[in-house]
Amino acid sequence: MSWTLALPEIVLAVAGLAILAGGVLPKRDTFFPASMAVVGALLLTAVLVIGQEEGTAFGGQYVSDSFSSFMKLLTILGGALGLLLALDWNEKEGLGRFEFSVLVLYATLGGMVMVSANDLMTTYLGLELLSLPLYVVAAFNRDDARSSEAGLKYFVLGALASGLLLYGASLIYGFAGSTNFDRLAEALSAGQQASPGLVVGIVFVIAALAFKVSAVPFHMWTPDVYEGAPTPVTAFFAMAPKVAAIALLARVLLGPFGDVAAQWQQIMLLVSMGSMVLGAFAAIGQRNIKRLMAYSSIGHVGYALMGVAVASDEGLRGLLVYMAIYILMNVGTFAVIVAMRRGGRAVEQVDDLAGLGRTDPGTAMWMAVFMFSMAGIPPLAGFFGKLYVFLAAVQGGFWVLATVGVLTSVVSAYYYLRIVKVMYFDQGVGALDRAPASLSVVMAGTGLFNLLFILWPAPILAAAGAAAAALLA
Amino acid sequence: MITAFAFYAFAAVLIASAAMVVTSRNPVHSVLFLILAFFNAAALFLIAGAEFLAMILVIVYVGAVAVLFLFVVMMLDVDFTRMREGFQRYAPLGAVVGAILFLELAFVIGAWTFAGDAEELRLSPMPAGGVSNAEAIGRILYTDYVYLFQAAGLVLLVAMIGAIVLTLRERPGTRRQDIAAQIGRAGTVNLRAVPSGAGLASLGIERPPSPEEERRPAPVAVGHDGHGGGHH
Repeated sequence: MSWTLALPEIVLAVAGLAILAGGVLPKRDTFFPASMAVVGALLLTAVLVIGQEEGTAFGGQYVSDSFSSFMKLLTILGGALGLLLALDWNEKEGLGRFEFSVLVLYATLGGMVMVSANDLMTTYLGLELLSLPLYVVAAFNRDDARSSEAGLKYFVLGALASGLLLYGASLIYGFAGSTNFDRLAEALSAGQQASPGLVVGIVFVIAALAFKVSAVPFHMWTPDVYEGAPTPVTAFFAMAPKVAAIALLARVLLGPFGDVAAQWQQIMLLVSMGSMVLGAFAAIGQRNIKRLMAYSSIGHVGYALMGVAVASDEGLRGLLVYMAIYILMNVGTFAVIVAMRRGGRAVEQVDDLAGLGRTDPGTAMWMAVFMFSMAGIPPLAGFFGKLYVFLAAVQGGFWVLATVGVLTSVVSAYYYLRIVKVMYFDQGVGALDRAPASLSVVMAGTGLFNLLFILWPAPILAAAGAAAAALLA
Repeated sequence: MITAFAFYAFAAVLIASAAMVVTSRNPVHSVLFLILAFFNAAALFLIAGAEFLAMILVIVYVGAVAVLFLFVVMMLDVDFTRMREGFQRYAPLGAVVGAILFLELAFVIGAWTFAGDAEELRLSPMPAGGVSNAEAIGRILYTDYVYLFQAAGLVLLVAMIGAIVLTLRERPGTRRQDIAAQIGRAGTVNLRAVPSGAGLASLGIERPPSPEEERRPAPVAVGHDGHGGGHH
């Protein structure tokens, strides 16, 4: 057993304990130093992930391959950027307690455990380690009724999803005889008909993971939780947990259950199509920008799951590229939303952006870039994300899926472009406060990525290709 | 024979009490039935030869979890009649979903067959040679499953951090025990040689004045509140 393979996770866990101890002891406020330490620990972990060898450890419970490295880097990126967005916000809202950064660290660690899971037990523990800090940070603004409601709602429904996952896992163990993904793959490749018990188990596991990525029909919690949670937390919700859960979904379905694809492919097709349609139509009427982003994220998950549903090499590569681009569009958009303050008070209506094009041209320009990218308009990065999943669907012969995808992205362009119209052509009630430096840096960095992706897409495409090949080998 | 009888007796009570947990009207009764269910499950573990799990079940679930439930149910004034208001409206939908799930489960159980070599396929078979099962669990928990064990530990740590973050409020006005001040207080302890048989009053041994009395020049002899504020 080579425990050193799991060095990134171990280092991150120990760093979290050290930061926790360092934050408790001093009497004064340690939010900023603790956050910086967490970002440092995440960077160190990212370096370790890049240098990680391939193989399995702990008797096959843990796996490291290029797929896991790719998704882990995205998870870490989501965690670190989410924390950066929270720096300024938490100080202004009086939420500057250092436990926030430690909880973000452990949620990211949970995501990494999920991505590296090669056993149903690891899957479950990773999922819990990811979810539990999320419930807490959703309710972090404990004096605000909406935040508490968001935390409670997420907790109750999340517990239900965990129950579904455990039930499905127990059925899979009962009917296939193992919880280990490699041994499940062996048992299922024998070629006989999958037993109904196994299929029911797979369905339960898919339902639980679909809940975590907020795919239709398990999306009902998303708008309320996204609206109620503090804005940087919403940004974090839309990144790290989705990446980890989608990675796990891809690994479970395409790995051990790849040979029984006929059993789950229909489900994934419906989930993907439902998410795209709901994300496109339900967001149209939204006036609150956080609710709008919640529906937008449901739609994006639908496009990403298209890559799983087609169950092919190209599909998986499209999924990986999509998630990488999605993270960087999303964090930029949320940097703008976090910066939305008027007279020191946070505002979150779409109409509050009115006139931003004249009062703060820089922020308005980046927001326009993100909105065009989200809508999938070339030559921005979002277009390429959609291009690769649609391409995979067409190559796999899933014409209906690809058509629905194109049509819904046209519909969703309406509400993305409406934000641009509000910013540049509507009469504002007053200027928003200047965006703090940390948020401007995040906006500029992710904005440049979205603009310049077309010039140099090779590294991400190559990494995604290698990662997809590793999972389907 | 006796084992089989005990198994069916405990299993029957377990199922009956589990049914009562769901159906009983009074939530306190539900929790009490839950405790009964835990005890019967522990007995089933004992019959199966897993005495460690049986004891853990009693200690953790009955001793901690169920008592906590009982506390919460009794302390929170939950109006259960109001909670049942929507029941009539949602009952048909719930019944449909439940019926579908039940049918699926019936299919699943219909297809259930035991593998011929189920004994050998077990993930962690009991080691031979007089190893107690606490030791057997310990052997694999800290070796093969150390990764999962530590991950579970982190989950509990996060739960603890979360509970503290969401509930702890620093109140500025509260008085706390200041041990340094307590120890550093001068003149509180006197050593005297006391002849046996003499009363304190006749010897004229006085107690040292409390801080309030030191501040107030006119001391009251009886009925003092005695313990300097906060120095409990």
